[in-house]
Amino acid sequence: MSKHVLSLLVEDRPGLLTRVAGLFARRGFNIESLAVGQTEVPGFSRITVVVSVEGAPLEQVTKQLNKLINVIKVVELEPETTVERDHMLIKVKTDPTTRSQVLEAVTLFRARVIDVASDALIIEITGETAKCEAFLKVLEPYGIKELVQSGVLAMGRGSKSITEKVLK
Amino acid sequence: MTNEILTGAQAIVRSLELLGVTDIFGLPGGAILPTYDPLMDSTKIRHILVRHEQGAGHAAEGYASASGKLGVCIATSGPGATNLVTAIADAHMDSVPLLAITGQVNSTSIGTDAFQEADIVGITMPITKHSFLVTKAEDIPATLAAAVLIATTGRPGPVLVDIAKDAQNAKAEFIWPPKVELPGYKPVTKPHGKQVQAAAQMIAESKRPVLYVGGGIVRANASQELLELARITGAPVVTTLMARGAFPDSDPQNLGMPGMHGTVPAVTALQKSDLLITLGARFDDRVTGQVKSFAVNAKVIHIDIDPAEIGKIKFADIPIVGDLKEVLPELNDELRKELGSKKLDIAEWWVFLNELRAKYPLGYTEPEDGKLSPQFVISRIGEISGPEAVFAAGVGQHQMWSAQFIKYERPNSWLNSGGAGTMGYSVPAAMGAKVAQPERLVWAIDGDGCFQMTNQELATCTINNIPIKVAIINNSSLGMVRQWQTLFYNSRYSNTDLNTGTDTMMVPDFVKLAEAYGCLGIRVESEDEVDAAIKLAIETNDRPVVIDFIVGRDAMVWPMVPAGLSNDEVQFARDSRPVWEEGEEE
Repeated sequence: MSKHVLSLLVEDRPGLLTRVAGLFARRGFNIESLAVGQTEVPGFSRITVVVSVEGAPLEQVTKQLNKLINVIKVVELEPETTVERDHMLIKVKTDPTTRSQVLEAVTLFRARVIDVASDALIIEITGETAKCEAFLKVLEPYGIKELVQSGVLAMGRGSKSITEKVLK
Repeated sequence: MTNEILTGAQAIVRSLELLGVTDIFGLPGGAILPTYDPLMDSTKIRHILVRHEQGAGHAAEGYASASGKLGVCIATSGPGATNLVTAIADAHMDSVPLLAITGQVNSTSIGTDAFQEADIVGITMPITKHSFLVTKAEDIPATLAAAVLIATTGRPGPVLVDIAKDAQNAKAEFIWPPKVELPGYKPVTKPHGKQVQAAAQMIAESKRPVLYVGGGIVRANASQELLELARITGAPVVTTLMARGAFPDSDPQNLGMPGMHGTVPAVTALQKSDLLITLGARFDDRVTGQVKSFAVNAKVIHIDIDPAEIGKIKFADIPIVGDLKEVLPELNDELRKELGSKKLDIAEWWVFLNELRAKYPLGYTEPEDGKLSPQFVISRIGEISGPEAVFAAGVGQHQMWSAQFIKYERPNSWLNSGGAGTMGYSVPAAMGAKVAQPERLVWAIDGDGCFQMTNQELATCTINNIPIKVAIINNSSLGMVRQWQTLFYNSRYSNTDLNTGTDTMMVPDFVKLAEAYGCLGIRVESEDEVDAAIKLAIETNDRPVVIDFIVGRDAMVWPMVPAGLSNDEVQFARDSRPVWEEGEEE
């Protein structure tokens, strides 16, 4: 199984996400993560999808995605030329004896505390998937009560822009 | 010019008129009622009231497949829409340009489980080329124009437009032509020049080329260009189930149909080829058999308008994305340049193939029970009707025999449900074909099983003066399933008896049924009655005709490659495989 990051520029239409997700389901492709949001151009969204495939089928995935009428562009983002970020919110158990250790980990990982309760903290962390996962490992012993994450966001390095290229 | 204010319903009718639609098959109901009112006044559109929405869908498919034009069907929300689903799926598999319009409950009620509400856009998402939900009257013209554009261009396919009832009732300014914006839809029709050159070179060097012709040639209306390619190369041609008629059967270069029930020469040509020149075909499992042993020594040139078909099943050495109507003339030019006065070096290949043709012609044995041979009946229908007729088959044995034993000379003369294998396709598809081409003789060649799924459309045919001819190849059973039971399930006939034969309970009696529908019903049980019945059917045009041909139930479709096996295992008759000379097995 190899992982690929695909970036889709799509028309912002009702049902679009169903079409994309349904296509993955119907053709037997696996989604690892999915992040959707509007772009700088009104009416257009970007979907960053991480897929795991075996060998050749990635080409099938992109070709089938391209056939969706509301999909304007599908690009595979290569790791060398791409910045990738995950965003996580983690609610971790703390008590007076563990709080300072947790806060130390927060500093080391350059994460941030965004909510404090007597027996828990909410921490946000942004970074590459590997860093976020490492941070989670560190927190695990204290007890993770709740975890939400964005899915990978990715963008090609340099000044080029997918929207610019396509939507002039 | 000031633009008119129209209701959404009026805008639907007006848009369809302006888009050139002249015939619609449908059935009204609550959520589409507003549209049926102005439809009644249209002088440009003929609406044909069907008896079941599935019939409307297949009729629109038959209309499209016989004429090359867009087929249009219309239904109400909920069950009306879901009854279209089979036909939409069918059109999706066979790339039929189809517009399905459905009424939807009021936009304010969507999602509330309202009466006759179904999420038909959601239901049909995986079986349409695209779909739209319209909730505002002002969006109707542009949406319908976009739908027709998508359905008829690129790789054709079904498009569904679901229109909320309040959008049909609301008023809006009618602006024509509307602004159609589809930034994500740009089908590539013109091929890459370098690729075409490379293809020409590869063809020129091949020793055992085959033109592997699929339904794409028919949809692209590129038979003439194909004929030219065949002449330049002198290469053998195989026409898949969807491509029967794309290349004349009378042409000596035509080896017939490949695949599970293909001719031995066609199946073997693909297997032993060194170059598959693949034209609008998609390496369907019914053609390839076991993929890993399919045409193992062949390089592949794959030309298709849908990039996703290229490399999906078999690696393409030279992929070419484009419209065959544009690609083939370029390829033909390149080949002429490449070859000059030379010819392809394929004399030995033809010697091999011609031997196969001589040794393994299509044939059949007479049924042992003394009943009519279905292959004989179908051959006679083809021979007496001639190549200008249209033949729409159902699905099963009779479909395969119709593909094998009728000689097709022109594209769009053979209609069938290839990809989906939809029993019940034949009668409504023939009806649609006859509406599209009233001057042509149109046959529905159907099985006794298939016929019972959609025969209610005979009422539509009789009442609307659509005189189709139906030939029921009545073997009193689900014949193809029975054949598999004979071959693979020790002749245990689980639930395949239909009791429609003369020596059974005979329920229903097809002749009486035909008469009840106002058709001429004829029963044929012996060979000497066959020709006369076919001729009487052809001469009878004041009503539809149904001929109940009582045929032997043990007749089987041969040749056959058992499912999942290699095409090398092709049997031309039960337990009989071609014998390969030494050195032919590679």
